[in-house]
Amino acid sequence: MATMSFASRVGRKIVYSWDLGNYVEFFSKPYMLKGLFVSLEITLLVTVISVLLAYPLAWIIAERVPQRWQRTALIAAILPFWTSYVVRSYSWLLVLSENGVINNFLLDIGIISTPLQVANSTTATVIGFVHFFVMLLTLTIYSNLIQLSPNYKRAAADLGANRFQTFWHVILPLTLPGIMVGAFLTFVLCIGDYITPQILGGNNELGLPQIIMLQLGRRADLPTAAALSIILMGVVTIAYLLCLRWLKMERA
Amino acid sequence: MRRKFSSILSWGYFIAIYTFIFLPVVVLVLFSFQDGNLPIPPFNGFTLKWYVEVFADEKLTAALINSLSVAFFSSTVACLLGFLAAYGLARYRLPATAFQRVLLTAPLTVSYLIIALGLLVLFNWIGVRLSLWTVGIGHVVINLPLCFAIIYASMGDHQKNIERAARDLGANSLQVMVLVTAPMLMPSIMAAFFLSLTFSWDEFIIAFLLSRFDVTLPVEIWSLLRSGLTPKTNAIGSVVFLMSAVLLVLLEIFVFRGRSKHDG
Amino acid sequence: MTASLKLQNITQKFGNFTAIDNISLDIDAGEFIVLLGPSGCGKSTLLSIIGGFLTPSSGTVLIDDKDMTLVQPSIRPTTTMFQDYALFPHMTLRDNVAFGLRMRSMGRADRATKALEFLDMVGLKASATSKPHELSGGQRQRVALARALAVNPDLLLLDEPLGALDMRLRRQMQDELKAIQKDIGTTFIHVTHDQEEAMAIADRIVVMNTGVIEDFGKPTDIYMKPRSQFAAGFMGEVNFIPGQLIAEQDDEYDVETAFGVLRLSSRAFTAGTPNVGDKTILCIRPEQFHLTADDTSKQFLCKAEIVDGAFFGTHFRCQLKTANAPDLLLIAHLSQSTSLRAGDNMDLHINPQDLIALPTDPLSS
Repeated sequence: MATMSFASRVGRKIVYSWDLGNYVEFFSKPYMLKGLFVSLEITLLVTVISVLLAYPLAWIIAERVPQRWQRTALIAAILPFWTSYVVRSYSWLLVLSENGVINNFLLDIGIISTPLQVANSTTATVIGFVHFFVMLLTLTIYSNLIQLSPNYKRAAADLGANRFQTFWHVILPLTLPGIMVGAFLTFVLCIGDYITPQILGGNNELGLPQIIMLQLGRRADLPTAAALSIILMGVVTIAYLLCLRWLKMERA
Repeated sequence: MRRKFSSILSWGYFIAIYTFIFLPVVVLVLFSFQDGNLPIPPFNGFTLKWYVEVFADEKLTAALINSLSVAFFSSTVACLLGFLAAYGLARYRLPATAFQRVLLTAPLTVSYLIIALGLLVLFNWIGVRLSLWTVGIGHVVINLPLCFAIIYASMGDHQKNIERAARDLGANSLQVMVLVTAPMLMPSIMAAFFLSLTFSWDEFIIAFLLSRFDVTLPVEIWSLLRSGLTPKTNAIGSVVFLMSAVLLVLLEIFVFRGRSKHDG
Repeated sequence: MTASLKLQNITQKFGNFTAIDNISLDIDAGEFIVLLGPSGCGKSTLLSIIGGFLTPSSGTVLIDDKDMTLVQPSIRPTTTMFQDYALFPHMTLRDNVAFGLRMRSMGRADRATKALEFLDMVGLKASATSKPHELSGGQRQRVALARALAVNPDLLLLDEPLGALDMRLRRQMQDELKAIQKDIGTTFIHVTHDQEEAMAIADRIVVMNTGVIEDFGKPTDIYMKPRSQFAAGFMGEVNFIPGQLIAEQDDEYDVETAFGVLRLSSRAFTAGTPNVGDKTILCIRPEQFHLTADDTSKQFLCKAEIVDGAFFGTHFRCQLKTANAPDLLLIAHLSQSTSLRAGDNMDLHINPQDLIALPTDPLSS
């Protein structure tokens, strides 16, 4: 694929040449560059929101749910994601659309007077992503939490820490590996995803994967698509290097 | 008093999040029974006619069978290769072991879209035509690292001694691998197999890009979506959900329960 | 600082299981107390109650005569040294030790100085900026000690801290713990199942079994004058000789045994004097058998034959069979230089003052 990215398309045939043309095109055509930024923006937003929502849930399952039911709670959380990915995104479209369940509910109880235009927007894409990644992050954070010796909390309390202090100084730093692994996975899976933005995002702001698919679909421009993919891979690699510290700790 | 409040807060949050998680699925299944033409409120009444349409639709049932076949085939191959790779790297001193391990698990970190594209380029270059077989190969590529990682992780030193005992009693390398190691690792192999099945069954982007005429179920559903929203799509979605749920239950029973009995 | 500890009628139930059954204990400030007993006797549970991690089903905990039964660990003037040390892995040793001080809002510079002081006390000042995983087990244990002492507790609770160490390190740490305790004067409560360790470091020992206290006193008292069969057997090897009280006169008691009548004074009855006609169990330690009556205090007991023997370095341990009590196997520790071996016969002498008479336990055989 790397080789192909340097080729260019002339007419209907593919001319193989070592040409940085495609890469230059990426930086010069604003909509392509914007695609990268849109993807990055969405991904980062999704990652942050998912972490903030998932941590309390992981904590509740680890601390408040009786031990016998913990695995059941986790499996119950995973179950909805065993629908086909395509179908699940489609379900969100239904839920969020003008005539969908949420709008009907809000209209019925009188909070809003006109339906919210949520579907086919970036907001819908974010909701769709967060839906999945909250589950993923809950799993990684939970497995980290559950491995901590209960004596850490006892020792901290024994030495005078109240519940918030125990959490902030001891528990949170010790669960950072779980958060980082989950956040990294979220980042990688989210930035390269085509389906959810395509179904829920409308055609307003296109992320990089969608632009790649456009190159393939409409223009059958394999080289450009390849070049864009290499760039995407580059971004992921940078993220990987940044998170290396946490991922290594996980293996050890 | 403070305990009670934080308890209420916790359970409130718990229920709220779980509602969020289950919302789309519940809506999906509910409106698959919709007696009307659009899968949106108001909910008119119960009918099974959409399910009947699903099973009467030849393209859908064909896609269903295709999905199952591709899933089974690719999972088996991925498990086999994963097992061999894990066995080779764990038991023999090969050059550049760490590098090979990284190479084998690398595809996990790359998005499926890029893998699909990469394979597309490759097939294009070699001149292989797109079909269900190319999809199968694509799925092997994504599942192989997973199978390898799972099986490799459970090959510990304590099994080495059992293998040595087998050798001591006269078994050759192939017999040890087939009659001793594989059965011992069965829980991990089963876990890897079922996990691969799940990923392959639901996988869209590789299937979409690497197939031509015969397609898998997710791709067929995708085309359905393009042609408009009807409760029929809800129905097929619910069917997929049901099958996946059954798979999960099977996984839970055979793999996890079996494992806990094994360790316990 | 230091304080006294009073436990009054502490009972702890978990569902139907009674872990601690009506225990009362009076400990003075500045004592080094050891809770000794086999696994499952409730000693760790009792420690948790003292530390505040468990609220007893009933009973009161008084520290310095103040009721602390319901007070949580963070406010209670106790700190605990946990069995797995529970050092915070993401903090340096200095930050670990300074943690309690930080929770008490001490300034950064002040607590750094204090932390280094305590690390110095345990000999680890040089490693102040290392992380726990870089240290050996023995070193981590010292850091845990420093961390617990840094907040100046009235009571220090130690939950089997020396269990993971090899014998030489364990002996060394026992000496160090004793020295540190004498130095700072805090009341130490130390849990262990090792009776040698208990005797080496304790001012007083609490012997526990299945939730009750079997004996409480100085190491010499518990070893030489145990008050229950369990305490006698737990502190070391002991011979139990059944007998019956047949006469009593002028503070002298005659007990009939398979070896004849033995005359004991009232001091031998550590758990109360029985009535004439009651059954009793006489205890004597293996090292209290003698081969000759080299002075008037010793009397002849019986002839015995060595059934089995082994050299233990400091002594020669042998199992003996007697004609008087063929079902009873006696254990004796002979001098390390003895030439007697299995099959040999010998005369056994004892000093009757060494005998302890205990009531027969209605539950045991």
